[in-house]
Amino acid sequence: MAKPTDLVQGTLDLLILRTLVLQPMHGWGIAQRIRQVSKEVLQVNQGALYPALHRLEQQGWIRAKWGESDNNRRAKFYTLTPDGAKYLRQEQAQWKRLSSAIGLVLDLS
Amino acid sequence: MRWYYKVPLRLRSLFRKDKAELDLGEELQFHLQSQIDENVACGMDPREARRAALRSLGGVEQVKEECREARRMNLIENFVRDLRLGLRMLRRNPGFTALTILCLTLAIGANAAVFSWVEGILLRPYPLVANQERLVALAGTVRGERDQTSWPDLLDVQRSCTLCETLFVSNITGATVSIGDHAQIIRGSLVSANYFDAIGVHPILGRGFEAGEDIGRNAHPVVVISYHLWQTRFNRDPEIIGKTQRFDNVVHTIVGVAPEGFYGTFVGREMEYWVPLSMVESFYGGSRLLDDRGARWCEAYVRFKPGVTRNQVQQEISVIATRLETEYPATNRGRGIKVWPLWNTPFNHASHLLPTLGIMVVVAMFVLLIVCANVGNLLLVRSFARRHEMTVRLAIGASRRHLLRQLVTEGLLLSACGAVGGMLVTYWCRHALVLFFPGDVLYLPGQIDGRVLGLSAVVCLAVTLAVGLVPAFQTRHLALAETLKSEASAVMGARGRAWLRSSLVVLQVTLSFLLLVGATLLIQSLSKIRATNPGFLTRVLDTSIPLVAAGYDAPRAKIFQDELIQRIRALPGVEAAAYARVVPLSYGSFSSTPIAVDGYEPSVAGESTDELYNEVSPEYFATMRIPLISGREFTRADDENAPRVAIVNQTMVARYWRGQNPIGQRLQVKGIWVQVVGVVKDSKYYSLEETPRPFFYVPLRQYFVIEPDIHIRTTQPLQSVQSGLLREVRALDPNLALYEMITLQEQVNRSTSEQLVAVTLVALFGGLALLLASIGLYGVMSYAVSQSTRELGLRMALGAGTSNVLRLVLSRGLLLTTTGITIGIALALLLTRLLGDLLYHVSPRDPLAFAVALAVMTVASTAACFLPAWRATRTDPIRALREE
Repeated sequence: MAKPTDLVQGTLDLLILRTLVLQPMHGWGIAQRIRQVSKEVLQVNQGALYPALHRLEQQGWIRAKWGESDNNRRAKFYTLTPDGAKYLRQEQAQWKRLSSAIGLVLDLS
Repeated sequence: MRWYYKVPLRLRSLFRKDKAELDLGEELQFHLQSQIDENVACGMDPREARRAALRSLGGVEQVKEECREARRMNLIENFVRDLRLGLRMLRRNPGFTALTILCLTLAIGANAAVFSWVEGILLRPYPLVANQERLVALAGTVRGERDQTSWPDLLDVQRSCTLCETLFVSNITGATVSIGDHAQIIRGSLVSANYFDAIGVHPILGRGFEAGEDIGRNAHPVVVISYHLWQTRFNRDPEIIGKTQRFDNVVHTIVGVAPEGFYGTFVGREMEYWVPLSMVESFYGGSRLLDDRGARWCEAYVRFKPGVTRNQVQQEISVIATRLETEYPATNRGRGIKVWPLWNTPFNHASHLLPTLGIMVVVAMFVLLIVCANVGNLLLVRSFARRHEMTVRLAIGASRRHLLRQLVTEGLLLSACGAVGGMLVTYWCRHALVLFFPGDVLYLPGQIDGRVLGLSAVVCLAVTLAVGLVPAFQTRHLALAETLKSEASAVMGARGRAWLRSSLVVLQVTLSFLLLVGATLLIQSLSKIRATNPGFLTRVLDTSIPLVAAGYDAPRAKIFQDELIQRIRALPGVEAAAYARVVPLSYGSFSSTPIAVDGYEPSVAGESTDELYNEVSPEYFATMRIPLISGREFTRADDENAPRVAIVNQTMVARYWRGQNPIGQRLQVKGIWVQVVGVVKDSKYYSLEETPRPFFYVPLRQYFVIEPDIHIRTTQPLQSVQSGLLREVRALDPNLALYEMITLQEQVNRSTSEQLVAVTLVALFGGLALLLASIGLYGVMSYAVSQSTRELGLRMALGAGTSNVLRLVLSRGLLLTTTGITIGIALALLLTRLLGDLLYHVSPRDPLAFAVALAVMTVASTAACFLPAWRATRTDPIRALREE
């Protein structure tokens, strides 16, 4: 297995928000999901995950609620807010533009 | 972002740190546990699994700290950061900061002080009195003119008025009180028995008055004393209730002590005691004051029920008054009862102060506007200087919202400092209104209460937005690239970007011009009033002795008066002395009577022949130096046994005798025919502004009053005459005291004190406004010059001389001034009418006032423009061009 790639600065927020579109999740779940979906390529730095969650919560893009996890432990579940969904759409569009632009430049050479 | 979600969250992280901390711990614990479970599932032993989990998280404490950091990024903390940044900016420009805060302090202080006066004198004039917003004053009218009301009429109103919650009487009076060996005349109120209950004030010791204590002639000699009197004269005696005290010559039992801070219900005076109005005759003299419907002396207030308007109350009371007219035609024909708002109460100082305070509100607002414009301009000029800073911050990622917040915070900081300063100014000035009134010490408190604070806060906020947003507005136009490049030099006279600053200066010029016109008009008016000849000698001294209160009846008073006048005339330096019932230009009312004259028919049916007259003693005209035109003065022979006589003034001759010599003719006064024996010149009676009116005099002995004023013409100083007079009075009766002694000039000054206050304040504020506008103009011109150095250098290199440059800069400045003045003139033509009653013999559009204001404004603005213009001529062309 190749060494997991570190995330580009600022993209963690985007990944978290995207992951939460499907359903409310706790931090551990988010990390697992990102790893699975990216086919083990993206390894979320767990030390960066929680500050990012708290920052997103402060900005009102996600909101937190205590609930029961699958194995009946108390866990903090995060939900996407309408504002967060809006922000995600903007950022997704932005990301697509950027990545296709970079792709164009790279393909050129 | 949804605020209803966000605000509690942010507050939680700020105030409920423990809970947030606990949550954080638990959340991370869950994560760790999940990781350990997974590791164990992969086959690690539990201890190893735990270590690996901790490693992958990267240190629980660090993560916690980073989470806390993330939470701290909130509005309040940003605000604190902005505040700190703002403070640093302000500290870096101490000159700018001091100037701005000074301007704001003056403006906010002026406004808050004026609000506090309006609040404390007009809106809620009576401290501690409940529900003043529903309180109105009641006064009688006779054929549309104001009169007092009678007690029986008021009782009828009280019985029949369904919209009134309560009605009470509060009449001002005075009494000589001797405590120990110190006798003094103090002011108090005659009140109806329900007084203290009606106003919701409860004595701190003893009781208020009981129902029925206002019934029966002199039947209830009880008194409630003020806290101040209790404290200063009775040494806070806790056993005071039940003790007796002589008020004038009647011994009263002290039944209560009013709470601290209660001053009664009379605008302009502090009351020291309250007695039930059953005692009225022992204070006012007279008889049947309580049961005679024709005896009008009451000053009453009504509190109407909640939800009722003043108009509805007026309508109901008018209906009652009409009913009284038909039921008691002998005493009530042609009479009505009118309801007055407290701020226009006709029988105290409120109605005199109303126009002055109204003007002050407007003027203070003007000053505030000018200051806003000025501070806005200062900030604007500075924001240009800070353009690089702003641009850099934008370039490295600050959002425009950040910049805006920063600017508003700075504005808030400035206006908060100004507001604090302003409140201090107000605190010191709230009693300062009194200082403007000469002599007589009025009690005019400013109230600093919730409403004043609220209004000031609104003013402060408005100022913040006004001054903070002006520069913010400019950041809209910041174009990153352009500004980061070396700034293109401005061109002298280029309009475009400077329009905002220019229009602020124009606004300042306009407003200060308005104030200057107003001030000039008022000064003209006051000098005209003061220059008006009252028609009598103003160095005459005036005082009186409380004989009624001391229990003198008419025969005793006659003997006393005769003896005293002899003794006064014998005093050293006394040229002449006389008695008169009423002092001209005082608050006292002259007697009035319908008159009849042989051969005079009213030209219009129903024309009023009510005329004023004064009861005077022999030598009155000689004492007052009112010239006798024909006939003779009253003499000692004109006493109660002689045929009745009168002396009339010129206007009366012109009106009733059509200029014919009236001497020897008859005049009917109160139904009795009297003979005219003399004609005197007109003088002023109620005010210096009045037009000449018919007036006549009757001998004091034939229309006797127990307590007339004493007029003394003398060359001696007031103090020595006063002590001499007091000696003579005490020699006749050791129990007597003297009322205040003043010159008639002082009386004249007091009668014009409202105008003086208005003039002083408007002139003060006008000067301030002029100064501020000049500073504003100077600032704008200086900035314009500093920005166009390159252009000026180029012009000079191409051969422009000093005079060209001077003209260029000056013309730009004067263009602003001219625009401002032009708008100012237009507005002044519209607005000076509002000065209305305060102007005497001066047209609100007086060209002289406009010319003076124009001249002052032109000189000031030329001076303000000249310095920058002169500096422009010193531009070194070579350096100016090389700098680019």
